[in-house]
Amino acid sequence: MLDGYTAEILARVQFAFTVSFHIIFPAFSIGLASFLAVLNALWLWKREETDLKLFNYWKKIFAVAFGMGVVSGIVMSYQIGTNWSVFSDKAGPVVGPLMAYEVLSAFFLEAGFLGIMLFGRKRVGDGLHMFATALVALGTLASATWILSVNSWMQTPAGFAINDVGQFVPEDWWAIVFNPSFPYRLVHMVLAAYLTTALVVGGVGGLHLLRDRADAAARRMFSMAMWMLLLVTPLQILAGDMHGLNTLEHQPAKVMAMEGHYDSHPEGAPLILFGIPNPEEKRIDYAVEIPKLSSLILKHDLNAPLDGLDTIPDADEPPVAIVFWSFRIMIALGFAMLGLGLWAAFARLRGWLYDAPMLHRLALLMGPTGFVAVLAGWITTEVGRQPFTVYGLLRTSESLAPIEAPAVATSLIAFIVVYFFVFGAGTWYILAMMRKPVVGHVLEDERDDVQGDDAQDGAAQNDPARGEGPILAVGEEAAVRDKTAHNKGEES
Amino acid sequence: MLGLELSFIWAGIIAAAVLIYVILDGFDLGVGLLFPMTKDEGERNVMMNSVAPIWDGNETWLVLGGGGLFAVFPLAYAVVMPALYMPIILMLLGLIFRGVAFEYRWRTKRWKPLWDMAFFGGSLVASFCQGIALGALVQGIEIEGRAYAGGWWDWLTPFSILTGVAVTTGYALLGATWLNMKLEGRIQAHMRRLAWPLAVATLVFMGLVSLWTPFTDAVYFERWFAWPTALFSGIVPLLVALAAFGMLRGLQRRGDKQPFFCALALFVLGFIGIGISFYPHMVPPSLTIAEAAAPDESLMFALVGTLVLLPLILSYTAYAYWVFRGKIDPEEGYH
Ligand code: HDD
Ligand code: HEM
Ligand code: HEM
Repeated sequence: MLDGYTAEILARVQFAFTVSFHIIFPAFSIGLASFLAVLNALWLWKREETDLKLFNYWKKIFAVAFGMGVVSGIVMSYQIGTNWSVFSDKAGPVVGPLMAYEVLSAFFLEAGFLGIMLFGRKRVGDGLHMFATALVALGTLASATWILSVNSWMQTPAGFAINDVGQFVPEDWWAIVFNPSFPYRLVHMVLAAYLTTALVVGGVGGLHLLRDRADAAARRMFSMAMWMLLLVTPLQILAGDMHGLNTLEHQPAKVMAMEGHYDSHPEGAPLILFGIPNPEEKRIDYAVEIPKLSSLILKHDLNAPLDGLDTIPDADEPPVAIVFWSFRIMIALGFAMLGLGLWAAFARLRGWLYDAPMLHRLALLMGPTGFVAVLAGWITTEVGRQPFTVYGLLRTSESLAPIEAPAVATSLIAFIVVYFFVFGAGTWYILAMMRKPVVGHVLEDERDDVQGDDAQDGAAQNDPARGEGPILAVGEEAAVRDKTAHNKGEES
Repeated sequence: MLGLELSFIWAGIIAAAVLIYVILDGFDLGVGLLFPMTKDEGERNVMMNSVAPIWDGNETWLVLGGGGLFAVFPLAYAVVMPALYMPIILMLLGLIFRGVAFEYRWRTKRWKPLWDMAFFGGSLVASFCQGIALGALVQGIEIEGRAYAGGWWDWLTPFSILTGVAVTTGYALLGATWLNMKLEGRIQAHMRRLAWPLAVATLVFMGLVSLWTPFTDAVYFERWFAWPTALFSGIVPLLVALAAFGMLRGLQRRGDKQPFFCALALFVLGFIGIGISFYPHMVPPSLTIAEAAAPDESLMFALVGTLVLLPLILSYTAYAYWVFRGKIDPEEGYH
């Protein structure tokens, strides 16, 4: 049954599967944590009810997404040992301390202040609550910084020596942490997280504007999201371009795969827009290309020569088709986001930002595209690094743990079943929360802050058809509660 | 010389992280284990609320245990993880179910019972697997060169099953005494009643494991029964008896805090006992702390930041506990 599925293939599929699920949640929670901090600050500053309502609305969604991020992340940190133990032994002295710093400086910060952010406003007061909210956001950014340093070191290793048992030994920590691709990857990923969040927020805003264009909260979030898109997408495209140039310098084979350049082009390489990579014949079939443009983008010179995969030994060649396609998906989505941002800016200038059903529909449609682009980007990066785990130095096949295929197969199947079930349910709950308008949420808070049986009944009345329970995962805000003096007596 | 010292400091830090994990996540896994003990919605809600704001922080110590091992004892990490492949994967799956239950159960009425089951089942699987992992480690892991050399079922033995049951029971005891401290009224009395049999069972299992351990390996036997270590290792069981007495007295007097803190003391002592057996090995029977350690440069780099960050973490963790101190007020409705 398992013929052909070696432990290596299975372990790779398993890692790719679990990390791809994992990255979806950080991509959202990094951006959302910052968004929440901004909303909370706005509320404290201007005391406009809308900001507080939005904060409470997104906080609940954040709580679920964050929970999924945490549990899927814990799997990652152990999987490196269970499936890639040789990698752990060899690269551990270099990347291990960076990951330990991630735990110490980021995960504890997030976890320590998350409770206060979610449940503690009443207990600690507005000021400390704001502080906690800001620290959670800071924690997510610190986490991204460290883990991307780790990943970037694996892409562009620096600052190390190799000892007699084959371990990478740190020599210069500065060079390790700030390895050549790290700044680019960090900027590109953080912007990606902000874009992803902006698209989700914009999509939800668009949805509620389609239902009621007078909805103040929907207007606020749609407007914020569209500003974010307009400002960040051009930056992201710029960052991506610079990232690509950096990759050309350090991982030329990856760029050849991204561009689909099987052959060298001594006199200016074309930009292949589309085509079908044909690995047997080592060429791109049905290629639609613009002559010389690739040389212009990568070398800023129409006639600059560019090497192709024919200069790379077959054993070191990354799988072209996957990289080629995932790269194009990311780029296409990036330009689509730019288009959305520009359209919204135009609408804003003309004064019909909130009266443009087509625009709102497009925003809704594009809500999930940030996730797709993030995954496509990571697939480009990671598959393009193959067949190495530490680029040029440690092969994937030499990183594998001494585990048996049936063990990996069993756990892989278990992960697939559990992830689709558990994270599918979580996604469903998040979508259900997003379907409800912001105002409805806050009213529900009012009703449900007692978690006894009567609160259950109250919730059942809300939405008996779907059988949705109370939205109470998150603390009730003193400020809101004080305004509507509400009937404690009835509930106790 | 310096290297030797560094690796021992690090062994101490990792051991402390694991110990902190065991007692913190121990009680909140315990709360999950006790979930089916009541069918009452309101009671379940307060049980979960007693740990909701802190469970994530508690579990982060597990990440530090694993991540720290990876950072400073990469060889130990590389040997132990494949050896404990199945229990670790199962533990992770258990932690997924129980972790998401904290949020999911409030999102649905129809499926709430399902997520309650997930909270219990996830806690049970995670606790049991942690116990199994402990037992498998105590029994020793076969190493050849720089890699695990055994099969993927080696961890399963009568001894590891015993430690699995023992740890699960102990976690349930921690959970019951925690709930006794944090809750009021009927559910508190219920938990206090449950704490009795759990306390007795935990002591019995601790006794069984302690008696069995010295006979799994001559080195352990030597450590516990040979002079002069016997003198020192003799103190541990004595303190265990003291903690047990304190806990039972506390339960009898209906104290709030005493049973919980005595149960914690039991865990700390058990942990020290295991430490005595292991020393100077990182992974018995053959990998020592010094051999498993990463190069000095790694140890030093990681240590500098750890010495600054760890006290900070401990203080804001303490602060978070303090913010949510006292009895859980069902009226307050914070979740
Ligand atoms: C700790 C470092 C690290 C980080 C931060 C990431 N990866 Fe990775 N990735 C690896 C370390 C790694 C690895 C250990 O090096 C793998 C496992 C097997 C392999 O070939 O490389 C790998 C493989 C791998 C593969 C399979 C490639 C193949 O086998 O052909 C995919 C699709 C991804 N990763 C995707 C991702 C995504 C979506 C990430 C975003 C979070 C990500 N990686 C972050
Ligand atoms: C192999 C790669 C990765 C590993 C081993 C890993 C490990 C982890 C772990 C253990 C957690 C849970 C921490 C906790 O208990 O709070 C976590 C959460 C998180 N990770 Fe990852 N991670 C990986 C990739 C990434 C990447 C690439 C990013 C971002 C660019 C990232 C960002 C985050 C963030 C922000 C969290 C906080 C929880 C959340 O946002 O939902 N991780 N990760
Ligand atoms: C349209 C312009 C874009 C360009 C030119 C671009 C360029 C690149 C390049 C060259 C890489 C691979 C770098 C390497 O592996 O060495 C990359 C990776 C990536 N991209 Fe993009 N990108 C663009 C848009 C986007 C968008 C819109 C998103 C998401 C919202 C995104 C998310 C990512 C992610 C998550 C990675 C993997 C992490 C990394 O290596 O930085 N990109 N991008």
